Amino acid sequence: MVAPIAIAVLAFGLTYGVLARAAGMGAIAPVVMSATTFAGSAQFAAASILGAAGGTVTAIVAALLLNARYVPIGISVAPGFEGGLLRRLLAAQLVVDESWAVSSRRGFDFRVLVGAGTVLYVTWNLGTAIGVLGGGALGDPNRLGLDAAFPALFLALLVSQLRSRRAWIAAFIAAAIAFVLIPFVRPGIPIVAASAACLIGWRRT
Amino acid sequence: MSPVWITVTAVGAGTIVLKAAGPVLLGGRPLPRRVADVVELLAPSLLAALVVTQTVGGDGRLVFDARLAGLAAAIVALRLRAPLLLVVVVAAVVAALIRLL
Repeated sequence: MVAPIAIAVLAFGLTYGVLARAAGMGAIAPVVMSATTFAGSAQFAAASILGAAGGTVTAIVAALLLNARYVPIGISVAPGFEGGLLRRLLAAQLVVDESWAVSSRRGFDFRVLVGAGTVLYVTWNLGTAIGVLGGGALGDPNRLGLDAAFPALFLALLVSQLRSRRAWIAAFIAAAIAFVLIPFVRPGIPIVAASAACLIGWRRT
Repeated sequence: MSPVWITVTAVGAGTIVLKAAGPVLLGGRPLPRRVADVVELLAPSLLAALVVTQTVGGDGRLVFDARLAGLAAAIVALRLRAPLLLVVVVAAVVAALIRLL
């Protein structure tokens, strides 16, 4: 059950290593980020904003807003957590979209979370390391079309998040805000400003 | 510290706290319904904005170039249910080919 996801995460980590390096993050920083952050979309967002000279604060804010979803996810799985403070703290770091999905199929299973999460953590970091090494051997990122890889990647991640009508509407509003703002503000700002589209969730359904 | 390392450190520390918030700090107490609904829409909003800025964003202006063709190819690949890596590679290859022409 975990094997196909692990292969996908390895490829995903490899992509991150290559693109983060192409975005100018160097060789060590992407590896450290995969080990400490362990959250794909936020890491890609940070890399792409830094690569587009979007500013440090913007990169940090966008990445953390993307990871804010782990608060409600963490709350939903918290009752199933076992062990003391340190064990809970470490196990919580293994929660990513994929390990959460696998461990929540028939009610939340803490052991599956720890098992699948550990496998995915190792493959994600292994993929990043291979990608960083391979990325260093590649030539000019733009000539290879690597700048077109980022939007494709974000689109693929977006599709997996479009689970409700509201999510579609929020995505359209956010896309419009970003498009309109691009000519007027520094790169990166349109992304953070567009996050305001999430406020449509405040309305009662 | 360089901007890259400041980002890596801050995002790493912040993410550890966000992930631990539920299982360690809040102990399973649910968020208010409306707050949870808003947070759930953060990821699709930001990812949609990232698609736009990474496709047509330049240095403070709109730039329409080979990245658009790459994105179009990615849409086709996604509709054909291609795996993520293939979607990304297809987009890059199409953009690179257009630049060669």
